[in-house]
Amino acid sequence: MINHTVATLIHGLSEKQFSSEELTRAFLDRIASLNGSLNSFITVDPDHAIASARKADAERAAGNAPALAGVPIAHKDIFCTAGIKTSCGSRMLDNFVPPYDATLIKRFQAHGCVMLGKTNMDEFAMGSSNENSFYGPALNPWDTHCVPGGSSGGSAAAVAARMAPAATGTDTGGSIRQPAAFCGITGLKPTYGRVSRLGMVAFASSLDQAGPMARTAEDCALLLNVMAGHDAGDSTSATESVPDYTASLENSLEGLRIGLPTQFFGAGLDAQTGACIDEALKVLEQRGAILKEVSLPHSDLTIPTYYIVAPAEASTNLSRFDGVRYGYRCEDPVDLHDLYTRTREEGFGDEVKRRILVGTYALSAGYYDAYYRKAQQARRLIRQDFLDCFEDVDIIAGPTTPGPAFALGAKSDDPVSMYLEDVYTLAANLAGLPGMSVPAGLVDGKPVGLQLIGQHFGESALLNAAHQFQLATDWHLKQPQLDSGEVS
Amino acid sequence: MSIEQSDIQSIAELARIRVSDDQLEAVTERIQSILSMVDQLQAADTANVEPMANPLDATARLRADEVTETNQREAFQAIAPAVENGLYLVPKVIE
Repeated sequence: MINHTVATLIHGLSEKQFSSEELTRAFLDRIASLNGSLNSFITVDPDHAIASARKADAERAAGNAPALAGVPIAHKDIFCTAGIKTSCGSRMLDNFVPPYDATLIKRFQAHGCVMLGKTNMDEFAMGSSNENSFYGPALNPWDTHCVPGGSSGGSAAAVAARMAPAATGTDTGGSIRQPAAFCGITGLKPTYGRVSRLGMVAFASSLDQAGPMARTAEDCALLLNVMAGHDAGDSTSATESVPDYTASLENSLEGLRIGLPTQFFGAGLDAQTGACIDEALKVLEQRGAILKEVSLPHSDLTIPTYYIVAPAEASTNLSRFDGVRYGYRCEDPVDLHDLYTRTREEGFGDEVKRRILVGTYALSAGYYDAYYRKAQQARRLIRQDFLDCFEDVDIIAGPTTPGPAFALGAKSDDPVSMYLEDVYTLAANLAGLPGMSVPAGLVDGKPVGLQLIGQHFGESALLNAAHQFQLATDWHLKQPQLDSGEVS
Repeated sequence: MSIEQSDIQSIAELARIRVSDDQLEAVTERIQSILSMVDQLQAADTANVEPMANPLDATARLRADEVTETNQREAFQAIAPAVENGLYLVPKVIE
């Protein structure tokens, strides 16, 4: 039962092959047996999950259930859930029980989905390895000495280890795509503004975007149908109409023009990972796509631009954590200044504090023009490179990451080497474009991902290409060998 | 750009984050390495390029000036670290 995709679960539930309660219990059992070693979940609430499952079963029995009723799903612990702890991977929010649900959570509830639990993540979504979580890192199910990626590492690991059929994630600079690649699953970061940010703890508001993480492109399409749409409560929520993302999955790729940026295939890309990507591109070519070399001439500005824009926005967003209204408060503050400074010293982890300090510096008087304004100008150049490419091609393809998952601790002492992990994913966030990672091979037994980047609101084209790729390959069906044995 | 420990102390003060004396050297070193990396940007030619704050060039929408939220004072007070009589408590500010 736990090896089903969302699509086959919907079929099984509607054909009464199993109930949502049976299904939910099977995943809760799987979580109980594996989470102690993999640390994918921060919070699991079995009573809440079973109650939701029974409600979905009753709706199905009454014949008035939405399509996804009874499908279990895990949510990244960045989405506010009324009455259930939402930590964002931080000591600062370790005691935070939100009084309201995020719009995304409400949408999944309205579609009858069952929340299994809240997944582990880098603190405030800042990180590429999950090692910045206050709760300790989630581990990669393919090799538990390796990181699952980040920041949505718990979600990726949970789906890979069959603890959930699908999960939500958020992606500010690669936080859906990179862990999806490292854990051998399929993940989609939609266009900026496509999915509501209301109730999603803010990191960098002009970059943050929520999206689905699942085994297949078809499942991502089913989930995006639930997630996407305008929300008056989010001032940057897009008003563009939402298509049925499953409707175009079966389209032929005949004539699809795929751009390959030379900058994504140069020095820095691991040779074996590059070979997997080359093979994946041949598959797309065999299905009718036309491969064309393109150039993103401002690629070398991507990392410095991102590491000014994101920390600057983070320093502003995270100023709300003051120890007064909710969250952590230091003990025995002597005065208000001590309350603020010690609460924030003790409540935030090292990487979060570093980014707040860098962002504060970049926004401070005398440095604003040299850093923040300069980065906003470079950001426009980076976006223009993509818009120029899309004059000639329909989508862009390349590797998601420079290589497969790295060992725990390998980069945690050097923030800049960790930042370089995001070299291929950051640009889609800066330009606001949708991006996907699709399983494309194994290197030394560890998965690597093919990245697809689309035009603004071009999610359908990405899902179509990814689905057609998955019809021709079986990388998305591979599963990690865990101590409790392979799932049949 | 070279950054001194005194610069870190003033940024930390602006950000209201205490950096203890024994951490100051390590924090300065790591912030310096990040700033050295982002300084690559200084070489970029951005003359006459309009800064971009939103990837879709969207601006904040206006809505009708109507009350849409209900009062949830009880719920919000319930999750605060220290409250009394409907007020949020902080250390004494004025003697």
